[in-house]
Amino acid sequence: MMDKDFAARRRRDLIIAAVLAAIAALTPLFVKDVVVQNILILTLMYAGLSQSWNILSGYCGQISLGHALYFGLGAYTTELLFTKFGVLPWFGMLAGGVVSALIAMGLGYPFFRLRGHYFVIATIVIAEIGLLLFHNWEWAGAAMGITIPIRGDSWLKFQFLRTKLPYFYFALALCCLAWFVTWWLENSKWGFWWRAVKDNPDAAESLGVDVFNSKMGAAAVSAFLVAVGGSFYAQFVSYIDPESVMGFQFSLLMALPAVLGGIGTLWGPVLGAAILIPLTELTRFKFGGSGRGVDLIVYGTLIVLISLALPRGLLSLFSRPKKTGAAR
Amino acid sequence: MTPLLETRGVWQRFGGLVANSDVSISVGRGEIVGLIGPNGAGKSTLFNLIAGVLPPTQGSIWFDGEDVTRMPAAERCQRGVGRTFQVVKSFETMTVIDNVIVGALVRNTVMREARRKAHEVLEFTGLAARADVLASDLVPAEKRRLEVARALATEPKLLLLDEVLTGLTPTEAQTGVALVRKVRDAGITVLMVEHVMEIVMPLVDRAIVLDLGKVLVEGKPADVVRDPKVISAYLGDRHAQRA
Repeated sequence: MMDKDFAARRRRDLIIAAVLAAIAALTPLFVKDVVVQNILILTLMYAGLSQSWNILSGYCGQISLGHALYFGLGAYTTELLFTKFGVLPWFGMLAGGVVSALIAMGLGYPFFRLRGHYFVIATIVIAEIGLLLFHNWEWAGAAMGITIPIRGDSWLKFQFLRTKLPYFYFALALCCLAWFVTWWLENSKWGFWWRAVKDNPDAAESLGVDVFNSKMGAAAVSAFLVAVGGSFYAQFVSYIDPESVMGFQFSLLMALPAVLGGIGTLWGPVLGAAILIPLTELTRFKFGGSGRGVDLIVYGTLIVLISLALPRGLLSLFSRPKKTGAAR
Repeated sequence: MTPLLETRGVWQRFGGLVANSDVSISVGRGEIVGLIGPNGAGKSTLFNLIAGVLPPTQGSIWFDGEDVTRMPAAERCQRGVGRTFQVVKSFETMTVIDNVIVGALVRNTVMREARRKAHEVLEFTGLAARADVLASDLVPAEKRRLEVARALATEPKLLLLDEVLTGLTPTEAQTGVALVRKVRDAGITVLMVEHVMEIVMPLVDRAIVLDLGKVLVEGKPADVVRDPKVISAYLGDRHAQRA
């Protein structure tokens, strides 16, 4: 009986996601304004990124504030392969994902031995080191970055000047992919292992969970998807430099939607991104282009409010009240 | 037939402190064995060595005819060692059924089978009605039972129980005792650490008393409780002479 409830809930999630994706796919029919389209693209992208971040940090509980590294690696791998070797961005995207996943596991090897705050600090430091390396790496354009040569609209090279729609649909696809991967893994051995590792690694170990490899698996999936997002972003903005794809703000922008919506939940990142990203972009738009300060003030205020009032995120408003009390 | 579990000359030192010195015990298949002793006797250390939390300083541990001395806890679980924790370690953000599924995944790779196994174990342990409640919402006695359920879901040959009956009300303890008997009747060997003698003694087939890190006495519960060495370890020499 309870199994049926469970299967029904999974199916319901899938249907809601399909309906939302369909609605999102139709919005460009009504939204012609380029600024709004731009906001929609970024919202979808950050929803997908945050969903991917959520796999390692939300489900598996290994809080990373260094995911900008994987985002930047995705962007750089794609564009270096494209500008130096003429490899199409589609292959570059896969390559970027694989490179990031491998680096995530390489870094995980020493750092997954750290627990709690020490792990978080390590992720921040490593991402900063990556940023500095790219700043000084002449072959990769150093601080000047890489300008992607534009040769007209092309699906093959995934670049478009006259329309933003292809970017929109790619961002939507990325968001759907990250959501679906999460949905699928949630009810798999990995999903259960990750939550067990997050809640209590010692108990997990005693129940046969391979704690170390659970973390490695989560890191690889998470880094791969974030790197694909980075590749997309590089094509979308068609110019990259270390700060604009590997800066600390990206690490924050991946973590905050999940934290706002509900960390370690299926819907939290999407909900969080749907609120946070338009808000950021609009404040940036209203209070001047270089107004980096104002959007940060908005985040800060939101996060303080959420952690005070709803530490488990906005989704906790919707969760059914649990039966409590003793029953013997 | 070889015993299911054997420790051979196990020593554990923490800096200058000797927690276990030359401990050799064995647990036969189908037995309920009680590991008892006053506070600081080294019970929990020995228990953790057997569960694989840390390797002993010296000596070896054999499980099911295999040397497992340096085997990590997760692998021992796959070999058939299940354990509970003295301080309960539930997966607090997960529901009761999900807690148990984690254990069931050791022997069931297909999710549907793991879920079915988990439901079976919840029936067995009397937690079925609480399946969809968050572990953090359970009362302490239920959390203890969840520890046992999770370990049972791994389908162990040997179940290590770390003070599962301590701190329960008499009624809860009686339910616990019944559950341990049921576990043994299902063909699972049980090694339990307790320091409340009156609860364990009627339950176990054999008792091993540790004191100051050494095996003090070992035998039938009725003999052990009358042994002057045991009485003196628990109550002091004066009481031992009177007995």
